Amino acid sequence: MPEPGNLRGSVNAWEENAFITSFRVFPIQLPRGRTALLFRGTLLCKVKSTRNFYFGSPAGAKIISQNSDPLREISRRCPQSASLTTALQGLPEDWPAELDALLAADETILAHLELDLDKALRFARGLILVTNRQLLARSGEEAAWQAFPYRNGLHLQRRDHAGVASLELLDTTGQLARWRHTLGRDTNARQVLDHFEQQRDAALTGQPVEAPPASICARCGAPLVPGQDDCPSCAKELYTPPSTWTLFRLWRFARPYRGQLLAGFILTLISTAATLVAPYMTMPLMDEVLIPYQNGQPLDTGKVYFYLGGLLGSALLAWGLGWAKTYILALVSERLGADLRSQTYEHLLKLSLEYFGGKRTGDLMARIGSESDRICVFLSLYLLDFATDVLMITMTAVILVSINPWLAAVTLIPLPFIVWLIHVVRDKLRHGFEQIDRVWSGVTSVLADTIPGIRVVKAFAQEKRETNRFKEANQRNLEANDRVNRLWSLFSPTITLLTEVGLLIVWALGIWLVTKSQVTVGTLAAFLAYIGRFYTRLDSMSRIVSHTQKAASGAKRIFDILDHVSSVPDPVKPQHLTQVEGGITVERVGFRYGNRTVLRGVDLKINPGEMIGLVGHSGSGKSTLVNLICRFYDVGEGAICIDGVDVRNIPVSEYRKHIGLVLQEPFLFFGTIAENIAYGKPDASREEIVAAARAAHAHEFILRLPHGYDSLVGERGQALSGGERQRISIARALLIDPKILILDEATSAVDTETELEIQGALDNLIKGRTTIAIAHRLSTLRKADRLVVMDRGVVVEEGQHDELIAKEGAYYRLYTAQTKQLDEQLARPESEE
Amino acid sequence: MTTSNFTLIRNAFGQLVFTGTDGEAHEGVVPVRAFAITAPDEGLALVNSHGKELLWIERLTDLAEGPRELIREELASREFMPVISRIRHVSSFATPSTWDVETDRGNARLVLKGEDDIRRLAQNALLIADSHGVQYMIRDRRALDKASRKFLERFL
Repeated sequence: MPEPGNLRGSVNAWEENAFITSFRVFPIQLPRGRTALLFRGTLLCKVKSTRNFYFGSPAGAKIISQNSDPLREISRRCPQSASLTTALQGLPEDWPAELDALLAADETILAHLELDLDKALRFARGLILVTNRQLLARSGEEAAWQAFPYRNGLHLQRRDHAGVASLELLDTTGQLARWRHTLGRDTNARQVLDHFEQQRDAALTGQPVEAPPASICARCGAPLVPGQDDCPSCAKELYTPPSTWTLFRLWRFARPYRGQLLAGFILTLISTAATLVAPYMTMPLMDEVLIPYQNGQPLDTGKVYFYLGGLLGSALLAWGLGWAKTYILALVSERLGADLRSQTYEHLLKLSLEYFGGKRTGDLMARIGSESDRICVFLSLYLLDFATDVLMITMTAVILVSINPWLAAVTLIPLPFIVWLIHVVRDKLRHGFEQIDRVWSGVTSVLADTIPGIRVVKAFAQEKRETNRFKEANQRNLEANDRVNRLWSLFSPTITLLTEVGLLIVWALGIWLVTKSQVTVGTLAAFLAYIGRFYTRLDSMSRIVSHTQKAASGAKRIFDILDHVSSVPDPVKPQHLTQVEGGITVERVGFRYGNRTVLRGVDLKINPGEMIGLVGHSGSGKSTLVNLICRFYDVGEGAICIDGVDVRNIPVSEYRKHIGLVLQEPFLFFGTIAENIAYGKPDASREEIVAAARAAHAHEFILRLPHGYDSLVGERGQALSGGERQRISIARALLIDPKILILDEATSAVDTETELEIQGALDNLIKGRTTIAIAHRLSTLRKADRLVVMDRGVVVEEGQHDELIAKEGAYYRLYTAQTKQLDEQLARPESEE
Repeated sequence: MTTSNFTLIRNAFGQLVFTGTDGEAHEGVVPVRAFAITAPDEGLALVNSHGKELLWIERLTDLAEGPRELIREELASREFMPVISRIRHVSSFATPSTWDVETDRGNARLVLKGEDDIRRLAQNALLIADSHGVQYMIRDRRALDKASRKFLERFL
């Protein structure tokens, strides 16, 4: 092993000699901010300033990666050390130096976990290392290292609660140690757990650890498709905030209309120029007509007609051009707004259920509805005005300078002040307007919460309370507006004041210049006419600030949706299912909602055409498992495969075509019954629809409705009974003829009699399909080939009804509890009689 | 269920063992607060590893000292809700945003996924959930220093 000291200064002279047999990490401080990590005889060197990674023996090194992931590079170069990447991922930069002494020369670090909490649950940095000989740990930078060599009975236990996980080291006599970390380190913790078990068994039995298959994600254990470098479930954990130049991003939507936009701009240019002709004409009118007349000369009627005609002509021209530009640009901005709205909606619908779960309906509605409208108004009205203003001011400035540079200079003095004022206020207003937007969404959210629940509100006579809740939200809206208005109301008068002061200065200087005969009265009059326009434009220009901010915050909130990458993304390299058999494999699946672990290491294999009954208490993870199989969410760990293909590698819409879903609360859209049945296959023929309805036992009751299949069903299909709606949704699932069928409590919401009716429909539906049925009533699962019992996120039992009853396990308890309940229900009326 | 007539001990595995009036010992019982935020000191339950309630405790002070300390200890080792005393820096005012905060449990860094993860409680208190589900508490946002309030204001 080379001495760290010998390495100083020799970094640039290493040669490539890349082969890692065992890797052990030593921190070495090198000159000029370089940190080197030394693996047994081989060196990985990171130069902080350049982000280059050197790799090689102490004799010479070579840059192996520039601004890319060095660990992937290493693993590519040394495929033998597959777990190297695992061990080094997220490796702390300042590796504790005293580790040297604790590790034997041939000891290898296989996994590490950087703890972020100490024993008293305070934030502190600790470390757990799994080597091929022992488990090393300390919980906090000051704490002492604890070493636990592998021995019989030693095991690790992991649990989590409210965002904090704990790892406990136990042996047969009791607890040896406990370490804490937040769930952000969970993937590392699981690796520590896995490697610990493997290494312990290897150390005890003497059998070497078998290498993990190469196509597994180093961080979360999900299988990777060959050629797919990024693990789909790990990649989504990167958080990059959206850029602040949001309004410019609207260009993406403006691109298709660039022709019209250019035409609009040219029209703006000409029409602005036309409006500037009028004040220019007052100059000769004054000097050549009025003043000579006042001095006793006869009125030159020809000139009067000429100049008046010119004034009228320029006004008419400005009017015509103004109309054309406003019309064209309004047309464009409306289309732009419409594109923005529909694209946002399209994107929104592609997002996963996870996104909708965390958002309030009112907020989303406000974003797509009013925010896009605001952007639209901004583009068509305010931005246009602003462009006109800028043009006007530039042109006026040019004209003023050409008439009299001195007077022009004085006129332009307040300009820098106003620009500065605009700049100062801009920042303050933006926060204010963002806040107003959020508060406004809050107001709409109250409405969106209350109106669908109006029956509950009325039943409990809580109208007053809901009114108060609304008032509170309204009050917050008022407060937020008040804050902004305080500043805003000061802003406009200040600008007006500056304008007036500017005019005063021009008057004073003008009079002085006229008395000195340096300018004519006509020039002064023209100046004052120009300045009048000039300053009113400045005033209105300053208003653009607030509108820009409003539009920018609106745009930000829309791009929030557009930038949100679906957490069930379409694969980069999709695999297509040619023929679906319907075999489902669930491998070591784990899933969390926020900080609540719902599924842990679920393994399940379902053969094509088999019917599985999922049973368990509510909250045991049944529905979550089904949601994962439908890919409404993506698994946190592990993988779900259909016919051996990871569902994450199949395009989402293609995959869902093979899945039929019947829910507890069937949702009917506003439309006819036929449209509702054909929802998953809009081009279905009438024959197909009728056949599906017949098979679903829905045909007869549909015929009893006044317009048959063309009868309208209300917003939620209110006119139909629960059983009828359920049969329509069964017909809907039948029509798309899926290979995989999921029944999520399909019969829970109906009475036993209706259940019998539906059961017939369901039996038709199940035939020849892989079926997963969730049911509370165990009696509805009689047809299942196999029952899978879940409890608190794990599969506890599998088998047929009789086997499971004979086992007297979890299923037996569920079953007896239900039958007992049923017996009690039956017994009670008798005893009362 | 009464608050006497039971024993509570900690075994070598660090688990709490509860023995009720029926004499059955339950290993790995867990104390749970019923109103963790609004009334943390009233209404605690001891539940077994299957989530079944074994004992309802109206007030912790009703218990004898031994079990009370054990329960306090266990709660302290389970409960994790750092109270933010200062926001030092936020990476951006658009979410997702990374915050550097000072808490009563030391300095921490949290990722706020969206403004919706800030939950308003009564009296200017806020509960902030980070991307990994850890809940951070702000007892009174008006009592924070000016810079922190400014940061926070942008997200409310």
